[in-house]
Amino acid sequence: MVVRTSGVSPAALSPPGRRRLGWWTRVAVRAGLVTAGLSRGLGLGAGSIIGGRVTLVLDRQALRRLATGRRVVVVSGTNGKTTTSHLVAAAVRTAGPVAHNAGGSNMADGAVAALAEAPDAEYAVLEVDELHVAAVAQAVDPAVVVLLNLTRDQLDRATEVGAIASALGRALADHPGTVVVANADDPMVVSAATAAPGATRTVWVAAGASWLGDATTCPRCGCTLTFTASRWECECGLARPTPDWWIDGGKACSADAVLPLDIQLPGQVNLSNATMALAAAQAVGVSVDRAALALREVDVVAGRYAVVHRGSQDLRLLLAKNPAGWAGMSSMLGEPRPLLIIINAREADGRDTSWLWDVNFEQFTCRQVVASGERAADLGVRLSYAGLEHQTVPDPLTALATLPAGQVDVVANYTAFHQFRRRLGREQKVTR
Amino acid sequence: MSPDSTVAIGLLLPDVLGTYSDTGNATILAQRLRWRGIPAEILTITARDIPPTSCSVYLLGGGEDTAQLFAADWLRRHPELGLAMETSAVTLAVCAGLQILGQSMTDTRGKHYPGLELLDITTAPGRQRSVGEVISTCAIPGVGSLTGFENHRGITTLNPGTAALGRVISGTGNGTSEPGTRHRTEGVLTERIIGTYLHGPVLARNPALADHILHKITGQTLAPLELPDQAALRATYL
Ligand SMILES: [Zn+2]
Repeated sequence: MVVRTSGVSPAALSPPGRRRLGWWTRVAVRAGLVTAGLSRGLGLGAGSIIGGRVTLVLDRQALRRLATGRRVVVVSGTNGKTTTSHLVAAAVRTAGPVAHNAGGSNMADGAVAALAEAPDAEYAVLEVDELHVAAVAQAVDPAVVVLLNLTRDQLDRATEVGAIASALGRALADHPGTVVVANADDPMVVSAATAAPGATRTVWVAAGASWLGDATTCPRCGCTLTFTASRWECECGLARPTPDWWIDGGKACSADAVLPLDIQLPGQVNLSNATMALAAAQAVGVSVDRAALALREVDVVAGRYAVVHRGSQDLRLLLAKNPAGWAGMSSMLGEPRPLLIIINAREADGRDTSWLWDVNFEQFTCRQVVASGERAADLGVRLSYAGLEHQTVPDPLTALATLPAGQVDVVANYTAFHQFRRRLGREQKVTR
Repeated sequence: MSPDSTVAIGLLLPDVLGTYSDTGNATILAQRLRWRGIPAEILTITARDIPPTSCSVYLLGGGEDTAQLFAADWLRRHPELGLAMETSAVTLAVCAGLQILGQSMTDTRGKHYPGLELLDITTAPGRQRSVGEVISTCAIPGVGSLTGFENHRGITTLNPGTAALGRVISGTGNGTSEPGTRHRTEGVLTERIIGTYLHGPVLARNPALADHILHKITGQTLAPLELPDQAALRATYL
């Protein structure tokens, strides 16, 4: 069952940690940790980004040096990186300490901070933004790269999905020893993962695709893809690979394992994320039986899926930041509770709100809906055209007051989610 | 059209040119008709379909480079559709959709591709992408300011005799000016075709433009519509 693939045999691993770092890197790491501590002390945030940035300014090779000798799993894709990286970290932790950028700061600075804060961890699980995989992989030489999905997100970042897929393909081709755990159901991912055939070993997971709005044409030749119930293919030869892992009746299955998932995280999309995590754990040499048990302990991921009690309401906090994210989340929303939607359009969200028009809001007609956030009016207009009676209240806490007591689903995009959590503050009790 | 017949809205190639959510323009046209008691239906026309030529309005959206060339090729293989766009229907073409209706397109490597030649424009790549908010003053009387989000690298030149949809107040638009003036242009306006670089989708942000199209295809003076959040939305951007 154990697949050793990183190109570094376990025997060759020296214990990672401070003592192998040069004195200047140690200074840089120390400075970063002190800065992060100060930032946290001043209440300016988690501090990992600024700390990592300080370290990188002082030592541009810090990421490579901090990663040396560790078995690194990089988790990337458009949706589900934070959740999946938490699942992978839980799985790998059954085999030893893990450095993990758990807060979701997913560029080089966040990776540096995570590694600096866990100098003795043999393993590292790094959530990496899909535009930064090449740079991070170049530095950390990952044992495993997990590619969840590639769809449109923040179009104003001026990179098209096809271009991201090709850049990922080139990055993987530079790391022939890396195992790629890839979603066989996403044509963009398959195109990226097969860009360097033969060089890289790929573990295919039938992880599903909740939204194919960007993938009905072939990423390789531009022709329209043919989809059947279980397959997709193009006349140019690009086709769904035979999966090594698949999900059947709530169980993650491979040729030699059937593992009941029984996870606490809701929705079909998290069964897929969990299966990706098991495949990644196996690829990095972790027993999947123990890993599967560890996945059941994961409940709240960077605030997502938390249920927060506030006044007479129980708020279920969910994050969705693009059409694919909304499509994947629909299976979590279940019964028609009142729904507060909070939308911002800051840098980290993408300045363009056009994507709201590719979300199937029409499905929420039997809910009480409030549109909120800095782009509440954009959302409100979208909801009107979807035929939804709704209220529009830009301030999210004021908006909550218009909803009844009891359970409320709150769905926000990236900065809206974090603002909302901060405003809920500490007096609220997290009930799960 | 007669008042009781259903208005057919042809959404062209959403499977190919759907990247920037411009398919929302179809929903907006249909709803604005229905809210005024005029039945409307959206015909989704994918690359696999034989396009109907009887639609009152056709919509072409934005897309990525390979998709754009595929769409241009598909349209060329259906000349009857081009004829309908030229003679009977009104067409709203956004971004990549605008470019492929022109004389030619040039890619970043300098390769030329023929367009549908329905518009007397040519498009070549600029030095960098234009990404951000655009405000223009629309040339159609009564429509006023247009707001939208552009994300393209095309520099579109309007040949003599071709009018722009508007003058740029802020943002890039076509990236070219009216000959002999400093008025920067946005989009294209002919008798039957409205072309623009504005996403948003453009009709969600600019209901007057939507109603201009609906007036053209129905021949009716349409009652005003007040959506609750519309004024706040325009105030966000204008
Ligand atoms: Zn193909």
